[in-house]
Amino acid sequence: MTNNQAENMNDDSTIISISKLNKWYGNFHALKDIDLSVNKTEKIVICGPSGSGKSTLIRCINRLEVHQEGSIIVDGVELNDDVKHINEIRSEVGMVFQHFNLFPHLTVLENCTLAPIWVRKKSRNEANQMAMELLEKVRIPDQADKYPGQLSGGQQQRVAIARALCMQPRVMLFDEPTSALDPEMIKEVLETMIELAESGMTMIVVTHEMGFANKVADRIIFMDEGQIVEQNDPETFFNNPESDRTKLFLSQILDH
Amino acid sequence: MSPNRIPLHRNPKLRSAIIQGLLLFVVCYALLSIYQTTIFNLEERGIKTSTSFFDSVAPFKVGFSPFLDYELGKTTYIEIFYIGVLNTILVAILGIAAATFLGFIIGIMRSSSNWLASRFSLVYVEIFRNMPLLLQIMFWNFAIFLAFLPPPKQSLEFGVFYLNGRGLQTPLPIIENSSNFNIWLLAILFSFIGVYFFRRWAKKRFFETGKTLPVFSISVVFIILFATIMFYALGGPLTIELPVLGKFNFKGGAQLPLPLFSLWFSLTIYTSAFIAENVRAGIASVSKGQIEAARSIGLSRSQMVRMVIIPQALRVIIPPTISQYLNLTKNSSLAMAVGYEEVVAVWANISLNQTGQALIIIAMTIIFFECCSLFTSFVLNIYNRRIQLSER
Amino acid sequence: MTSKTIKFEKLPDRLPPSNTVGWMAWVKTNLFGSVSNTFITLLFFYLIFLYIPPFIEWAFINANFSGSDRSVCDENKAGACWTFVKVRFDQLLFGLYFATNPDQMWRPIIAFIGFFGLLIPLMIDKTPYKKWLLITLLTIFPVFFLLIVRGGVFGIPDSDPSQWGGLLLTFTLAFVGIILALPLGILLALGRRSKMPVVKSLSIIYIEFWRGTPLITILFMASVMLPLFFPSGVEFDKVVRAMIGITLFQSAYTAEAVRGGLQAIDKGQSEASMALGMGYWQQTIFIILPQALKISIPSIVNTFIALFKDTSLVSIIGLLDLLKIAQNSSRSLDWNGYDIEAYMFAGIVFWIFCFGMSMYSQRLEKKLDTDRRE
Repeated sequence: MTNNQAENMNDDSTIISISKLNKWYGNFHALKDIDLSVNKTEKIVICGPSGSGKSTLIRCINRLEVHQEGSIIVDGVELNDDVKHINEIRSEVGMVFQHFNLFPHLTVLENCTLAPIWVRKKSRNEANQMAMELLEKVRIPDQADKYPGQLSGGQQQRVAIARALCMQPRVMLFDEPTSALDPEMIKEVLETMIELAESGMTMIVVTHEMGFANKVADRIIFMDEGQIVEQNDPETFFNNPESDRTKLFLSQILDH
Repeated sequence: MSPNRIPLHRNPKLRSAIIQGLLLFVVCYALLSIYQTTIFNLEERGIKTSTSFFDSVAPFKVGFSPFLDYELGKTTYIEIFYIGVLNTILVAILGIAAATFLGFIIGIMRSSSNWLASRFSLVYVEIFRNMPLLLQIMFWNFAIFLAFLPPPKQSLEFGVFYLNGRGLQTPLPIIENSSNFNIWLLAILFSFIGVYFFRRWAKKRFFETGKTLPVFSISVVFIILFATIMFYALGGPLTIELPVLGKFNFKGGAQLPLPLFSLWFSLTIYTSAFIAENVRAGIASVSKGQIEAARSIGLSRSQMVRMVIIPQALRVIIPPTISQYLNLTKNSSLAMAVGYEEVVAVWANISLNQTGQALIIIAMTIIFFECCSLFTSFVLNIYNRRIQLSER
Repeated sequence: MTSKTIKFEKLPDRLPPSNTVGWMAWVKTNLFGSVSNTFITLLFFYLIFLYIPPFIEWAFINANFSGSDRSVCDENKAGACWTFVKVRFDQLLFGLYFATNPDQMWRPIIAFIGFFGLLIPLMIDKTPYKKWLLITLLTIFPVFFLLIVRGGVFGIPDSDPSQWGGLLLTFTLAFVGIILALPLGILLALGRRSKMPVVKSLSIIYIEFWRGTPLITILFMASVMLPLFFPSGVEFDKVVRAMIGITLFQSAYTAEAVRGGLQAIDKGQSEASMALGMGYWQQTIFIILPQALKISIPSIVNTFIALFKDTSLVSIIGLLDLLKIAQNSSRSLDWNGYDIEAYMFAGIVFWIFCFGMSMYSQRLEKKLDTDRRE
């Protein structure tokens, strides 16, 4: 069947609109004709084998990767070479990385307040207050004055989530947020992400955690070879996958 | 990509082009004005910047010119430059050879299991690395050699070498018959080529049949035998002239004047400390696991050193050591302190004072050293690429 | 079915066999472990007994410390003439001006005290507020130094830099060199990693140019040609010319040291900064540089050690640094012939500082290594 469920949805609840997106790394065609529409408060999970282009896709959204063809429009702002547009989009889109990427020479609190102070030009008090609130939400307010090296992996990733949230983004991107964590710490991070989802944040999550996907996702997208193979709600995706590729992938992932 | 026009002042490609253009312009303008001001200022002092002085006769004496003929009253400035360059290369080659030899010994001693040897080389390295080279050059030359070396009649003897207050007397190879000598060199070259093909054949044979030959020993014996036979067959085109003590001084042989000897001595000791550190780091870089593995498959100690430790250690040792060779060459410029006539002393100092042609002379000196530096980078790149290939 | 558990009884710890521990065992393995080792050890013992006692006798036991001219030393030639060092000490340390005006000597002395007072706590781990100490050292201290040593204000008589000498001049040249070369080197290192081809090429050309030529040539260029570069009327003090040459030369090496640090920073750091909306300069100043500089401190200290040694080259262009004063003193009529003592003293002074910095740098490297592995 079709790949584009939200193809003609042009009402103002669309927050990200990707159309005919193509990206090459040198001669390698990494993303092929991607069409995707994301609505406000939607939770999207992207899954697929490694090399399928899922990380590349979300990294294109905040310009960590540059696309050569097609268009990406975030909250009405077109993503192109215009520096002003890029900065606007990056302020509205938060990202959580697989390897956390916390700033090791700053305390947890300073990690969170650095960008609000210098990019959003907030006062130090405002930034501190907001950071502490968010650290409480991710349940580690007591670690505010510690350095990232003193925290466990799960705690670091939660700080990373808080740091991204301090910029008050409209969309949160997650690039395999639990893949670098020891198993006993995955749960605490997923719980934080579930709470975030329930609070109404628009989220695009690249992950292998299918339990999380089932619980939280409004839509699951399966990518392979740089294309979107299938997208559906979790119920249909897991129980009635349409494509044979999807069936193969699910059998590999779910069979253990 | 949608065809939206990005406002000019936010287009990163345009901004980048403008910044680079401005930067280029400012740099070129600054360099050009410095150049013009310099030429103008020189003219104000009566010095017209041109290379015509190259062919004028230099009015000062150069004492040491073993490769180019020097004659007071005939040698021109440009020939002085060549003499300086050759003298620099001479002390550099002597220094590099000696420093490598000494540095490797000290570096290996540092990794020795004998506590005294290891501590000695530690002390050696830490002493000579942490004092300025110029101070060491002056110390050896003025406080030790000039003060204590005996006159020629009581020279210190080292086999066929004699050390005294004038310098180091060495034997000198003299070419009797230059065409035969060239033929002999060619013969030696052919023998090396022959050995190269022999090695390839032996390797092929090893891969096909598994039989080994003592390739190295055979090659060495062959080259030496062949060279000797050809030498006598050509009527001995080369003789070694030994220095002989005459009434007051030595006759025959060659002399490295004391300034050259002092400079060479100090450069060797100083650079060997750095090379020793590189060697130590190289040996230490071979992890213990390698040694344990080699031992457990039954390699003897010398086999282990030759086939496991040395190749891996060399990979870490060679690049910084090549950099040290460049440093030694640059450091030879301190020759002025002891009166050795290499390129900085004789060109950037004396010739500059005599002719006032500051721009040309300093530029040439700098270009010479930059060429040495480029050559070193070139060699390093080749080496790095070669070891990369063999890792694939 | 019952299973019997046997109570665990720990065997008492015993000492190892007496011939495998203790100093006798150590001597056996490390000095006499094999035939060749024994031979080497005996050789070293022989050399030590041959050379060390005579040296100690000359340098310490028979040495002359008293007196104020060479008569004492001439009478006792079997010992080193440290009297020479004692008499010329002020000159060696502060140069001609301050040595001949002893009432002004408090000025460089206070400057030295201030300098080491700021520097030594920086090298001790437990000191708090290291950042402030460093900033004071780099900003307030130079001003203080200029006021006190250069003078010309507050009733302090003027002493221009060409009159400074000895260790004071050596330190001044080295310190100015590193302070000015550091920001320049940082900019160059950033430039070398820039994506703009012109910036990158210019940085590479600059760095390779200064690294490819010996310092003495640069000092000649600075000393002979710097006045020629500018329209006549622009005057450069000799010391200033040397400082300019040294700074430009040093900036290339500092740039390479900082570049090493920059290369060690994970790409994820700049990605996280970009994702938060920070621009290039914000990223570089808040995130990349603090981390990179910390990593490259040992390399930077190494370039400083080299610089400190290289300041001795100014003696060739006629500036009176420690080496030149030592050399001049040993050739002066008063003290002719005592070269060894002169060079040894200068050598020991240089050695103390260079070795100290080298030890510090090695300690720092170890500490940073373990920090990073956490």
